[in-house]
Order: sequence, then structure tokens, then C-alpha cells
Amino acid sequence: MLNVLAQTGAGEMLEGLKAIGAGLGYGLAAIGPGIGIGTVVGNAISSMARQPESAGMVRTTMFLGIAFTEALALIGFVVFILLMP
Amino acid sequence: MNMALDAAVNPEQEVARDLSRRALMVLPVFLLVGAFFDGLSGAASAALALTLVALNFRLGAAIIARAMAISLNALYGAVLFGYLFRLGLMTAVVLVVRNGEWFATVPFAITLLITHLGLLTWETKYVAASLAFPGLAPTDLKPQE
Repeated sequence: MLNVLAQTGAGEMLEGLKAIGAGLGYGLAAIGPGIGIGTVVGNAISSMARQPESAGMVRTTMFLGIAFTEALALIGFVVFILLMP
Repeated sequence: MNMALDAAVNPEQEVARDLSRRALMVLPVFLLVGAFFDGLSGAASAALALTLVALNFRLGAAIIARAMAISLNALYGAVLFGYLFRLGLMTAVVLVVRNGEWFATVPFAITLLITHLGLLTWETKYVAASLAFPGLAPTDLKPQE
């Protein structure tokens, strides 16, 4: 492994590290929205179970909440695109 | 439990349809901005970004509507796996096209972020108004004479 690393040029190493960083960044950026979406949907489900008559309003709010939370993952996605060699 | 789920209307699909309509409305602006930055490839990349944003909304709404027709428990799983699926799909599309000569990264990235957040903010204003004042919400019913 170290021999392989020693034989790689500095440019190649940099490109590889960039790709690893981009992938790691994207993966880490997707964790937060995942937790956020779980919270949004969990609360929406409990409010629909308590008050089924308000399901329409809750679903609308839930959809918008999910989409807003997803924007955080999109920021990670954009960074991923920009960093990818 | 299913009484709320029997509703024939799917509000999230209406919101997603509305978002797609608004995306069409702002498309010329982003085509111009993309063309300004990177010529024809910038405009094409901006169009691709806007298409991805609209499809992402539509797919998300379709997944939720489908899961709601099954059960509330299905909703939880469908939304979380749908999130992963949609992110994966978007990544796959970009990985496929990114080496194309016509693909410009910066206009694509800018359009993707700005339109996603901008369209949502625009829609939220409208939704907040129609929730507070239900009479403002558009309906298909014709006024009584």
C-alpha cells in the first residue's frame, strides 16, 4: 500500500484526496437532513394520528418541511459536484 | 387510522404541481443567466438543474401520496428511503452528464441551489396565505350564480 502511494505522482494523489473529500463531505452533509426529515415526518404522523381531520394541512406543511430540510443535503451535493476532479 | 388517508386529494402533489409551474415561469431567467456565464452550455446546465429540481419535487410528492394510500407507517419508511433514492438519482444523473462537453458546473450548481430554495420560499408564502385565509385557496368549483 505504501509502495503504491510512493509511486503515485503528487497530482494524482491530490485528485484522489479531492475525490475522497468530496464523497465524505456529501455523505456527512446528508446525515443532518436525514435526521431532520425523520423529525418532521415523525411529528407529522403523530399529529395526523391525533387529529385526522387536519391531515390535509399537516401533509402540506410536512411536504414543505421535508423540501426545506433537503436543501441542506443539496448544499452538500453542490459542494460534491464542485470538488469532484 | 385510515380515515384521514381516504381523502381523495393529495395536497403535496398539488404543491409539487404548483412548484413545477413556477419553475417553468422562472426558466427563461435562469437560461439567460446560464447563457451569460457560460454560453449555450451554461443555459443547458441551468435547464438541467431546473428540471432536476422540479422532478425532485414531483417524485417526492408522488412517493408521499403513494405511501399515504397504504398507511402512516409506510409513510415514515417511504419518505426516508425516498430521500435516499432521490439524492442517489440526482447524483447518478450528474455523474453521467458531468463529463459531457455541454455541462457547465457552476451555472448548474447555482441554479440548483437558488431555484430549490427560491421556489420553496415562493410557494411557502402562497401556502401560508391560503392556510390562514382558506377563501384565497383556488378551487375547481365554479362560483354559484
